[in-house]
Amino acid sequence: MARALINVPAKAKRGDIIEIKALMSHPMETGYRTGPDGALVPRDIINRFICTYNGEEIFSADLFPAIAANPFFSFTTIAMESGRIAFRWIDDRGQAHLETAEIAVE
Amino acid sequence: MNRVLKGFAQAAWFGGALSLSIPLAFAESPLSERKSGFEFMSPESQATQQDDFSNPGMLWVAEGEALWNAKAGATGRSCAGCHGDAAVSMKGVAARYPVFFAGSGRPIDLQSRINVCRKTNQDATPFPLESRELLALSAFLGKQSRGMPITTGEDKRLEPFRARGQELYEQRQGQLNFSCANCHDGNWGRKLASSVIPQSHPTGYPLYRLEWQSMGSLQRRLRNCMVGVRAEPYPYGSQEYVDLELFLMTRARGMPLETPAVRP
Amino acid sequence: MSRKPRPVGTSRREILAAGAGALALIVARPARATPESMADAIKAFVGEAEVREGRVTLELPALVENGNSVPLTVKVDSPMTAQDHVKRIAVFNERNPQPNVALFYLNPRAGRALVSTRIRLGDSQNIVAIAQLSDGTFWSDKAELIVTLPACVES
Ligand code: HEC
Ligand code: HEC
Repeated sequence: MARALINVPAKAKRGDIIEIKALMSHPMETGYRTGPDGALVPRDIINRFICTYNGEEIFSADLFPAIAANPFFSFTTIAMESGRIAFRWIDDRGQAHLETAEIAVE
Repeated sequence: MNRVLKGFAQAAWFGGALSLSIPLAFAESPLSERKSGFEFMSPESQATQQDDFSNPGMLWVAEGEALWNAKAGATGRSCAGCHGDAAVSMKGVAARYPVFFAGSGRPIDLQSRINVCRKTNQDATPFPLESRELLALSAFLGKQSRGMPITTGEDKRLEPFRARGQELYEQRQGQLNFSCANCHDGNWGRKLASSVIPQSHPTGYPLYRLEWQSMGSLQRRLRNCMVGVRAEPYPYGSQEYVDLELFLMTRARGMPLETPAVRP
Repeated sequence: MSRKPRPVGTSRREILAAGAGALALIVARPARATPESMADAIKAFVGEAEVREGRVTLELPALVENGNSVPLTVKVDSPMTAQDHVKRIAVFNERNPQPNVALFYLNPRAGRALVSTRIRLGDSQNIVAIAQLSDGTFWSDKAELIVTLPACVES
């Protein structure tokens, strides 16, 4: 099932600054909302998001309930060498996800 | 004579068409006067809709694609197994729904049509209306027609149902005693609380509504408008909704489909 | 829609009144972030350091159609070199139940200090972004946001 949409350019020139976009499927339940039974719906948000480039961290974030449902991030990195850009995130239920994208750098 | 017929009779009279024995043609407003809900949105919401890597509706489209290719039901067949590449077989399909369905002698909308295949061709349990799966498949099929003009309503057998939809659209209802037309024909472009009232062209369904923080069908949107005027909403899947959908889609003919759209 | 203009028995005033009725929402709110709790959260992030205005640009729409999803971009004027770069960017709000929005960790591999996301805001309020640079200094920008309520929401 689609957990995320990741946009990394397939190709780049060495030294180029490229934009990376990540869109993740998640309700980002705040923990402040009541359900139909009147009880608080337990908090369940993605609380940590990490992006690595050939194993080295290039960007990460600690997240709070004020991040919108189906979280979206964009950030930049310098195209260094061909390889794999990996995206990992973890939510309050301890569910961890991994998505990867390949980039060819010349 | 009810208001609807009176309106038609007047239109026919103004148009010089004297014979009322032929089925009354449905007067479409000129395309140039019609506006999609997109045009009433902020530049930020418009940008979100237009960037496929930012539009959350694309998450459902991607999920729908996975479902399209997945084997399901007792037959173990996937949608793709019979229909092949959706970009070819489903191109333009969503743009002409609801269609007349001989099996029931009534119009059927896209979500229910998908469920017909699920039941009869896959021998699987139909997806509940508004379920993530059904929205995902509808969004995926809708996306195959993105940018194509809406063509709903060509089949003559649809006419009585479209007329019924129009009647519902023009009938006052709810504690606030408003018709859909009061807002969407008579007051579009004006503000209701802080929202701009659109013309209610259903060009982008299913769509991602920021208020829902999720994807939803046109029926869900209509339900919101009914609750808004303090009317008792119809149950999901009711004939009233399908007739309204048919009327709204026919009224939007020629406008490009935007699925998956974004709305506030 | 019929082509001729249809008389509509509804004045604008009635519509607006209806809108007010349709929007009579009753919301039980939890304890919420206040300007003071935001100040505490900022203190936890910067410690005793001074926070200066400048170098940071916080971009938010002037008017928000729906507080459930508000696009936010933070830019910091920094060369992003090994010697001089942004290490962290924190975003705070005044009136959500909690003062923290997000904390971003950057390094010179970013090439540029530029991050976008979408946030939730229950109310009109001030948003603050603070960047911590590699030299230990803190810089900030602030934006005021007007959040409006949508019509015809589910009960
Ligand atoms: C009191 C005024 C009012 C009435 C009555 C009303 N609506 Fe709406 N409708 C709105 C507003 C306002 C919006 C936009 C909501 C928003 O953006 O938050 C809307 C949105 C819509 C949309 C979404 C258009 C898009 O771009 O996706 C459709 C379709 C629609 N209405 C159809 C109907 C139908 C059918 C009825 C009658 C059953 C109806 N409305 C009754 C005010 C009204
Ligand atoms: C066993 C083969 C089979 C499977 C599996 C199947 N379908 Fe169908 N589908 C058909 C046939 C046959 C028709 C009728 C074609 C016609 O009427 O021209 C049809 C019609 C449709 C239509 C209406 C097309 C139109 O032009 O109006 C849609 C939409 C559709 N299918 C979607 C799906 C989806 C989504 C799935 C998977 C959940 C699926 N189908 C699975 C055989 C299949």
